[in-house]
Amino acid sequence: MQKRKLLEEQFFLWLMRIVTLSIILVFLFIMGVIIKKGYHAMSWEMISQEPQGGFYFGKGGGILNAIVGSLYLAAGSTFCALLLGLPVALGMNVHWVTKTKFVGAIRFLLNALWGVPSIVFGAFGFALMAYLQIRASLLAGIITVTLFIVPIFIRAFDEVLRTVPQGLMEAAYSLGANRTQIAFIVFFRQALPGFITAILLAFGRGIGDAASVLFTAGYTDHIPQTVQDPTATLPLAIFFQLSSPIPEVKARAYAAALILTAIILIISLVSRLSTRRFKKNIL
Amino acid sequence: MSNSSTIIDQVQQVNGGEAGATSGAFPNTSVQTSDSPILQIRDFNVQAGDTRILKDIHLDIPKGKITVLLGPSGCGKTTLLKCLNRLSDLHPSLKVKGQILIDGEDIFHPTQDLTTIRQKMGLLSQRPFPLPMSIYKNIAYGLKIKGIRDKKVVKEKVEKHLRDVGLWEEVKDRLHGPAARLSIGQQQRLCLARGLAVGPEIILADEPTSALDPISSRKIEEEFLRLKEDYTLIVVTHILRQAKRLADHIVFMYFGEIIEQGTPDEIFNHPKSDILKQYLQSGH
Repeated sequence: MQKRKLLEEQFFLWLMRIVTLSIILVFLFIMGVIIKKGYHAMSWEMISQEPQGGFYFGKGGGILNAIVGSLYLAAGSTFCALLLGLPVALGMNVHWVTKTKFVGAIRFLLNALWGVPSIVFGAFGFALMAYLQIRASLLAGIITVTLFIVPIFIRAFDEVLRTVPQGLMEAAYSLGANRTQIAFIVFFRQALPGFITAILLAFGRGIGDAASVLFTAGYTDHIPQTVQDPTATLPLAIFFQLSSPIPEVKARAYAAALILTAIILIISLVSRLSTRRFKKNIL
Repeated sequence: MSNSSTIIDQVQQVNGGEAGATSGAFPNTSVQTSDSPILQIRDFNVQAGDTRILKDIHLDIPKGKITVLLGPSGCGKTTLLKCLNRLSDLHPSLKVKGQILIDGEDIFHPTQDLTTIRQKMGLLSQRPFPLPMSIYKNIAYGLKIKGIRDKKVVKEKVEKHLRDVGLWEEVKDRLHGPAARLSIGQQQRLCLARGLAVGPEIILADEPTSALDPISSRKIEEEFLRLKEDYTLIVVTHILRQAKRLADHIVFMYFGEIIEQGTPDEIFNHPKSDILKQYLQSGH
């Protein structure tokens, strides 16, 4: 009996080791391929210039238009998602916490929305543009991507808020705090690391998605000056360049992928480091 | 844990296996305190679904005394405590009937201002829950809610209340450090100081020492004995010795009912009901 338990333990230990290792290997493999294929096309020119004439045939220039466009788009829509999502997530866990059926229904709807493919949001955004009479632009892209990432942000933040202990809520109520004070001071602080994770998740999905911006944000070789201008995005830059038969342009697609990954990595690192000092107060 | 479950079994046998059979068995449970009560609980019933958690509670809490709610786990003492400052509102499944009067005002009246009610009572829970901020801000937060913003006043009050609970000397050099880094015993005393800062009349303590080591527990108990000069305390416990050490007045509860109440001498040396006798014999 003892021996069987030991064997069982060993089996699962090794299973976990193998699975963990293979996930890390797959990640390294993806990074390796991107770096290997995109390394030669990487240059200062690539990240500091807009496309020059003949760029899509392998001539000079860079993808600054797509880098800036993507940052504008993702930052804009993450900000909008935050404005829309923060009250909902806090409300679900503080203000309406006793209305279990209502909150359950909201969670169900958000889960369903999370599962909707981004191309559906793209199509919806396209229909919305026609209705609102706006053309493919940064604004239309932001609206569409916001709708796409808002359920992700709310549910991710909500899951963390649900772990805030009931006793903390009771303690704050006992001091005479009202629900809004509890939501924004106690719950928000306690769940701050989860809040950052939720933002990053939403931002990452927003900056990395191609289908939702395909019809709504358009594509241009210039950096947008107003929200009504169309804008280039990194996922579409990868998409367009990867479909080119010219090897130099294909390599640029991988370089663009590398830039996209680097942006997400940098933002993730910076925000985690900057919130480290808040973490010490959490139970 | 095993102790209390055996008592329940025994008592159920005594009562013919029917917990509800105890109702009305001990009608002589009216209060005999000369002081004016600070809280009056009248015909108070709490129901969750089909289960009656509290049954016809009629109780006066004497002012400036320590009242101990004693009884085995699951007898409704915590529910009663949480109804006193209407934390029961957070549990929509609880149906509340009856009255709790503080200074003649009904706590459960629909137009009652909850903030005022809750600030009249400080809560100390089983486990300490410091707010996710610094030691200083934990205490200043309650003051801020009350509208006290003058930095000098806040600073004085923080020091005063930390001294009140004997924590000042231990934390005065790290007031702006995180409260979460304190030991559990220190956190519990911080929570007490935080409650005192709001200026309550009553302190509600729900098994306040159950998560603490013996030394920290003793500190909290000593604090309580000091505090009763200025406050009314209601302490929930299932520890007989703690009840003996602290109580001026003991209320013995069983299955949602008040079985017996009186002074520690009456409860420990002259118990009237069989259930209480059994509970006392189980030792603790």
